[in-house]
Amino acid sequence: MMNLLTEPVGVSHYLVVGAILFVSGVVCMATKRNALGVLMGIELVLNGANVNFIAFSSPALQGNSGFSIGLDGQVIALFVIVLAAAEAAVALAITLNFYNNHATIDVDQADELKG
Amino acid sequence: MINWNSFFFLLFALVACFFALAVVFTGSVVRMAFFLVLCLSATAGLFFLANADFVGAMQLLIYVGGTMVLLVFGVMLTAQGPFVRMKTDGGQWLVALIVGSSLLAVLITAAFRVESWRRGPVGEAATASTNLDPTATPIGMALLGVRVDAVDEPDAVLRSGLSGYLLPFEIVSVHLLVVLIGAAYLARTKKRVRDRTV
Repeated sequence: MMNLLTEPVGVSHYLVVGAILFVSGVVCMATKRNALGVLMGIELVLNGANVNFIAFSSPALQGNSGFSIGLDGQVIALFVIVLAAAEAAVALAITLNFYNNHATIDVDQADELKG
Repeated sequence: MINWNSFFFLLFALVACFFALAVVFTGSVVRMAFFLVLCLSATAGLFFLANADFVGAMQLLIYVGGTMVLLVFGVMLTAQGPFVRMKTDGGQWLVALIVGSSLLAVLITAAFRVESWRRGPVGEAATASTNLDPTATPIGMALLGVRVDAVDEPDAVLRSGLSGYLLPFEIVSVHLLVVLIGAAYLARTKKRVRDRTV
């Protein structure tokens, strides 16, 4: 722990944070029965990917021989944020439509298309 | 001597990871939305620490300010009681936790596998990395199709490959318009058509 406080952080530390956010999102998507909970899991997964993009794009985190992808990672992270907002809007509209028809947002009830 | 960059990284990282786990393990949707706000804000702090100031600001504006308001509206419009709880049974929790922890183990071992990722900049690189330019202008120019950060690239082959992001920017603009119309169409209140005469 003291080692973490005195040494500069590298890309690996950011990757660990991104991995924890990603796995939290996956478990959230798998276990929540509320459709909005599944949506929040998706947001967590996209955010974990964004952390990795930012970590690889930052020259401040690289060692002396490190290679950073530069501005590309930041621009891709911006696109991810914008597309996540769009995806949340469409998913919310679908959820509201489902709630209007079935008076519940339990994803286990949405089995009408089951073959 | 405390490295303050590492100190704030540790602070934001712990807050982000703790509230991400809290989102998973809490039952009510309202609390999940609030914990997600805190998690995304701490992630914006991580972006600021990694010299991505513009992306961090956009994370706060669009994600925390926009998407989360959308989600909270969804919670309010679909609530059946003040605190809706939907239980997941134990077997599903067990399978999800086993899959999640094994995935986490794989990802963390992969993150520490590469030598040059493991430690941050030391010596001269550490002092040079503390004063980097703000990134708002290069990102704005890159979205307009001009890479001002790549004009001094010495390799001519690499330089020709570094084009801007004008086409993806336009595609995203049209995509947002389509999403706006589609979401408004999907969520509209339907009028029941009765006794239609053929």
